Amino acid sequence: MRATVLVRPKPGILDPEGQAVEGSLRHLGFDVAETRVGRLVDVELATEDRAEALAELERMCEQLLTNPLIESYTIELGPT
Amino acid sequence: MSIPAPVIPVLVFPGSNDDRDAQRALELLGAESPRVWHTDERLPAATAAVVLPGGFSYGDYLRCGAIARFSPVMQAVSAFAADGGLVLGICNGFQILTEAGLLPGALRPNDSLSFVCRDVAVRVETSESAFTSRCDHGRELTIPVKHGDGCWFADDALLEELDANGQIALRYADGANPNGSVGDVAGVLNRDGNVFGLMPHPEHAVDALLGSTDGALILGSLVDAARLSAAVPV
Repeated sequence: MRATVLVRPKPGILDPEGQAVEGSLRHLGFDVAETRVGRLVDVELATEDRAEALAELERMCEQLLTNPLIESYTIELGPT
Repeated sequence: MSIPAPVIPVLVFPGSNDDRDAQRALELLGAESPRVWHTDERLPAATAAVVLPGGFSYGDYLRCGAIARFSPVMQAVSAFAADGGLVLGICNGFQILTEAGLLPGALRPNDSLSFVCRDVAVRVETSESAFTSRCDHGRELTIPVKHGDGCWFADDALLEELDANGQIALRYADGANPNGSVGDVAGVLNRDGNVFGLMPHPEHAVDALLGSTDGALILGSLVDAARLSAAVPV
C-alpha cells in the first residue's frame, strides 16, 4: 500500500523558508497572507491492511519522520 | 604519582568532519581521545566523557541529527549519560543530542536561511557546570560558529523552566545572535548537568595561531571534570 506523510512546522514555530517563499510570491504579485513550508514523505508499505498501515505510519512519525516538539503530521493512505 | 590522562572518546558518524579537530584539541588539553566509529556498540574502557563532534552526519537528511541518533554507539552514549557520564555535543553533536532526547529543545534552520561561519561572542551564564568551570560567570568568550541549522527552539514554558534550573549555560552576547535562537541560547545543559550541547565550536578556538583560544576554557573544563570522574570510579 502507498501512503504519503505530510510534515508541517507547528504553528508558532519560526519558518524562515516559508517566509522567503511568501515574500517571493508577493513579489510576483500574488496576494498571499502566509506560506509555510513542510516536507512530504512517500512510503510504500508491505501491508494492504489500512488499519495496520496507519498504526505503522504513526509509529514511523513518532520515532523518526517528525520531531514532535516542532512538527505535526498528517497521513494520507493511498487506494489499495 | 602521575595522573593518567582521562579518556574522552570522540564519536565519528558518516559525515562528521570536526572529529579530528576535537580530538586534537582535547589531546592538547591533556585528554586521551580515541575516535570511535558509530557502529561500535560500546565505549572504550575507562571512558570518562564523550564528545559528539560537528559535521553533517547522514548528510543532514530528514532533520539534522535525526538519523545519527539511531547509531549503535548512541545506545551506549544514552546509557552512559543515564549513569551520569559527561557528554558534550558540538554543533551537529548538539543536534544529535536534542534529537535523541538527551537535551531539551530542537535546532531549526537559521532565521537568515544563510550558513553562518564566523567568530561570535557568547556569554557564560553559569560557571557551575562541568563544561564551564574554567570560565568566570558573565565572561564573554569569542568562539566561531559554522552552521546552517543553529536556530535553537523551545516554547516559552520550556525556556522559562530551563532558565529557572540554570540550564542555559551559554548565550550569544547582546546583538550577536547569528541564527535566531530563542532567548539567544547558544548552549544548554540537561537537568542533571552532565550533558551539554552548544552550536559554537570550542575545538576551533584552542590555538592562538588561529585567533581566539577561548574554546580551551570549555574543553579544558570538560577535561578537568573528566579527570575527576575518572579518579573516582562510580
